Amino acid sequence: MISFKQVHKRYPGGYEALKGVSFDVAEGEMLFLTGHSGAGKSTLLKLIAAIERPNSGSVLVNNQNVGVLKGGALPYLRRNIGIIFQDHKLLFDRSVFDNVLLPLQICGFDHRESGKRVRAALDKVGLLKREKSNPIALSGGEQQRLCIARAIVNRPAILLADEPTGNLDTDYAREIMAIFNSFHQVGATLLISTHDESVLQDGGVRRLTLKEGVLQ
Amino acid sequence: MTRAFALHLGVLRAVLRRMFASRLAGFLNILAIGIALSLPAGMYLLLQNAQGLVAQFSGTPQISLFLEMNAKAEDVDRLHKQLAQHPAVAGVEFVTRAQALEQLKQSTGLSDLIGGLQQNPLPDAFVVHPKPGDAQALDMLRGELAKLPRISEAQLDSAWAYKLEALLRFGRMGVLILASLLSLALIAVTFNTIRLQILTQRDEIEVAKLIGATDGFIRRPFLYFGAAQGLLGGIMAWLIVTASLLLLNGQLGALAQLYASRFVLHPLSLGDSLSLLLFSVYLGWLGAWLSVARHLSQIEPR
Ligand SMILES: Nc1ncnc2c1ncn2[C@@H]1O[C@H](COP(=O)(O)OP(=O)(O)O)[C@@H](O)[C@H]1O
Ligand SMILES: [Mg+2]
Repeated sequence: MISFKQVHKRYPGGYEALKGVSFDVAEGEMLFLTGHSGAGKSTLLKLIAAIERPNSGSVLVNNQNVGVLKGGALPYLRRNIGIIFQDHKLLFDRSVFDNVLLPLQICGFDHRESGKRVRAALDKVGLLKREKSNPIALSGGEQQRLCIARAIVNRPAILLADEPTGNLDTDYAREIMAIFNSFHQVGATLLISTHDESVLQDGGVRRLTLKEGVLQ
Repeated sequence: MTRAFALHLGVLRAVLRRMFASRLAGFLNILAIGIALSLPAGMYLLLQNAQGLVAQFSGTPQISLFLEMNAKAEDVDRLHKQLAQHPAVAGVEFVTRAQALEQLKQSTGLSDLIGGLQQNPLPDAFVVHPKPGDAQALDMLRGELAKLPRISEAQLDSAWAYKLEALLRFGRMGVLILASLLSLALIAVTFNTIRLQILTQRDEIEVAKLIGATDGFIRRPFLYFGAAQGLLGGIMAWLIVTASLLLLNGQLGALAQLYASRFVLHPLSLGDSLSLLLFSVYLGWLGAWLSVARHLSQIEPR
């Protein structure tokens, strides 16, 4: 499903965030990406959605080399990938409901169908009662769950979560991991980054560890 | 098809909501566009009306040749033949001084005054119908005929119409220049409005790009906004022109009574009104398109 081959990423200014990273993720697999702050976790996830491009090596998603994808093809790649951003990227000029609606509007879903899907996604993350609120009125954990709802509403094949449990207390973190597990169970491919080892107690999940841009 | 239509309708609804959310600013923009467009449209309308006047009054040009008071019958016969044979003349009539006086009585309603005259002050005259030609040729013919013996004066009846027509051509050029400049202003106003919108919606555009929006999807609301603003500006211009026309016609009514004539300004025709609206929609759309092309590419999500 996802395949990195000798990927190097150097940011303008010369900093090398990823150095020769290679790995494969099978379809339907759930994977943790760990490493210290600044190790290159966000960079790695951005390469998958072609938000950043590699300087050398190849990033394949569904056998498509996304590192060289043309601008016009980007939207269709990204519709297949749900992303939970480290900085949330919620829109505070609209309601919780409308935030989750946006991906469906972008894909051109009709009104009634999208309403149903938005409520289903909000229900899954436990925010159905807050659909009319402004996201600014939500707590940190609720905002995080809103991000998840927006990422899954479109039922993407791949879900990327960048430090989704970032600065939440353990109860919240566990709730969120449970949501990911349920998503994993219905066959999605998940890549979840974290610098917080404490949420990784549950065994059986493969783990990639980055250290200063090198895969351990 | 209907689904695509519903989607576009949804975008349009969102755009209008946004436009009316900032009520005063939106209205001022529309007013500015309306005033800018109403100037050339109003001038065009005045020219159209003047053009109608010219067509109504000029008809085919005539040259009136007034004979000297002491011209004799044989002079008249000789001149009549000479004129009839002239290559640039299509026809000629002789109007005796008595006929001329009678016409004057009837056409002016001053019969009492004229009836009181001791003697007829009018000369005999020829009315010459020239063959079709331009203003210059007519003027040359007039000069030539004026030099004939026993002719005291030659008048080209529609000279003013030709002069007015030249003036109208000048005016039309003026309207064209004004319309071009103000169209640029309209494009600039829209360009700037859309630029501000793009800046304030930077976050939304960024997020939309990140979750798979095509450029078309992101562009669409801005283009619709530009077109809708242009349309409302066009409607505003139409209202300004039409309201001014009604006011002017009120004044013309009073004037017309003094001059015992009926003259009203005609409003913009249906075709001209539609052209005005289409043109303003197009300009708004173009301004938005230019702005979007310039500013959207600068927003790349990280
Ligand atoms: N846009 C950028 N320009 C320059 N340097 C960057 C940029 N984004 C990240 N970096 C640098 O790349 C390194 C890896 O960053 P990141 O992938 O965000 O790490 P992590 O998510 O593991 O904390 C960091 O040292 C960071 O400063
Ligand atoms: Mg990070």
